[in-house]
Amino acid sequence: MAPIAKVKGPMYVTLWYFMAAFIWTFLTYAMGNFMPEYFVTGISAGAVGGLFIHDLVGLFVTPLGWGLMYYFVPILLKKPIWSHGLSLVGFWGLAFFYPLNGIHHFLYTPIPMFLQYGAIISTIAVELVVTTVVINFFATLWGSGSQVKTNLPIRWFYTGMVLYFLTCLQCAMQTTLTFQKLIHFTDWVVGHAHLVMFGVFSMWLFGIMTHLIPRIWRVDWYSRNLCEWHYWLSTVGVVVMATDLILAGLFQGYSWAALQPWDASIDLSMPFWAIRIVAGLVMFAGFIVFAYNLFKTWQLVPRASLQTAAPAQG
Amino acid sequence: MFESKAGVLFVAGIVFFGFAFLSNAVVPVLMYEDLPEQTVDELINGQLRYQFEDLAERYPEPFVKAFGKPPANASEEELTKWWNERCGDALRRGKEIYVGEGCWHCHSQFVRPVSNEERRWGPVAKTEEYQNELQRPVMFGTRRVGPDLSREGGRRSNDWHAVHFHDPQSLLKGTPMPRYPWLFDGSPDKPNKDGLALITYVQWLGSWLESYPLYEDYEASDLKDVELTPATEETDE
Ligand code: HEC
Repeated sequence: MAPIAKVKGPMYVTLWYFMAAFIWTFLTYAMGNFMPEYFVTGISAGAVGGLFIHDLVGLFVTPLGWGLMYYFVPILLKKPIWSHGLSLVGFWGLAFFYPLNGIHHFLYTPIPMFLQYGAIISTIAVELVVTTVVINFFATLWGSGSQVKTNLPIRWFYTGMVLYFLTCLQCAMQTTLTFQKLIHFTDWVVGHAHLVMFGVFSMWLFGIMTHLIPRIWRVDWYSRNLCEWHYWLSTVGVVVMATDLILAGLFQGYSWAALQPWDASIDLSMPFWAIRIVAGLVMFAGFIVFAYNLFKTWQLVPRASLQTAAPAQG
Repeated sequence: MFESKAGVLFVAGIVFFGFAFLSNAVVPVLMYEDLPEQTVDELINGQLRYQFEDLAERYPEPFVKAFGKPPANASEEELTKWWNERCGDALRRGKEIYVGEGCWHCHSQFVRPVSNEERRWGPVAKTEEYQNELQRPVMFGTRRVGPDLSREGGRRSNDWHAVHFHDPQSLLKGTPMPRYPWLFDGSPDKPNKDGLALITYVQWLGSWLESYPLYEDYEASDLKDVELTPATEETDE
């Protein structure tokens, strides 16, 4: 925080997200861990729990993720973000609407209905805000589209953004009571969660690592090919897993609503779960490839530079 | 304001968060202020006591080992007190096990007013059912790999639960529900204290309802028949 404290006047977008995230994470942690344990029970605790699980994604992971994107994308593309106005809309829209979403995790519970409606409306509002952010980033890319092919970190980032847009679109639909009826409690939601946490935020971090590691160690990646493998295994894996689970959720939801015996829903889930395992192993293979590549690259680092680097850190 | 430290830290960071907290958390807290939180002792009812004493009869040795013997030649009142105390202990511990074993990863505890859940599980969840010590933290759950459990009490017998927790596969081949052998001393007829407590907890779920015990009410749907039967009402209750 010390360097941030020195900044005078208006700050860059990344700093808005990071500073707000520091406050929000702290507040969210305190709210979620202490309120339901010591202060409230039952339905109100459910409402707090909903805020907690949602804010962990929305107020901790998301602002840090977008902050990093606003930082790295202009550096890598060597041009400024397309519209400053839109970044303002994105940040303030997120700041206002995201904290209001929590109760959408517990729709059709005895939590008061007007609160459930409020959460649904704010969730759809978040989707609109997200659209402005995504437009801003794609407009920034405009004219440098070929970078997606050649520049691996940029490809990681923009794949994540496409998936982000898709998850938020999914979110805006699944938050409605019409969808909830069918898909709540099913694997649909699990697919959604994997798409966000792996398909977006992990991807961004992989992109950042792919970009930074050669700069920190001052050597090239041991194998550019393995970097490509990491990308493709992760992308194919998560897309297959999410599609598979989202479909599974629809089948489960219909099976339950049709009052089939419970085991029928398990029997029909089995093939989906089998595909899910394979997709998960593909994603995991991506990790292994990455770890191997990282290790091999580390071995290439001239020993002398490691030694001179060490005291500088101490 | 929009790009300054003060704006970001105070307006976005604190004010917006506070607004959401007030409107989404404090409002329900205030709304339910008049619904006091029931303690475990207040939750013990006749149905539950019946199940608990049934456990004592079915598993005499494990039960005595876990909860002791009822005092000999005590008055009716003292006996009731003894049973209630043990029953309360079992409930509290059972809830801890339910939370600790992560049963809530696969089981929900609320019946929604949609998707025919009322017919499968019974009455839709109500606010007052959750204002008690055992819903701290609230056990709504978010995923159903297995069925909802909020109306599970009385639906199955104690020994069914014992066999099921010991090895679900023995009752339903291919079920993803894991085994819990550590709730037993070696075999399903010897539940240990944790096992007895968990069964007590599961039998408590829904025991406060008039419809207890509620059996699953459906006819396996055969798509061909659905068109022929005009209404499905006749299977209700
Ligand atoms: C991996 C998911 C999973 C976990 C974890 C799990 N269950 Fe289950 N449970 C199931 C499934 C699936 C069924 C339905 C098939 C069956 O009866 O085994 C089920 C069935 C049940 C039933 C029978 C419901 C009925 O009347 O048909 C009870 C009671 C139950 N579980 C209690 C528990 C408890 C208590 C725990 C924690 C100790 C637990 N379950 C943990 C998946 C799970």
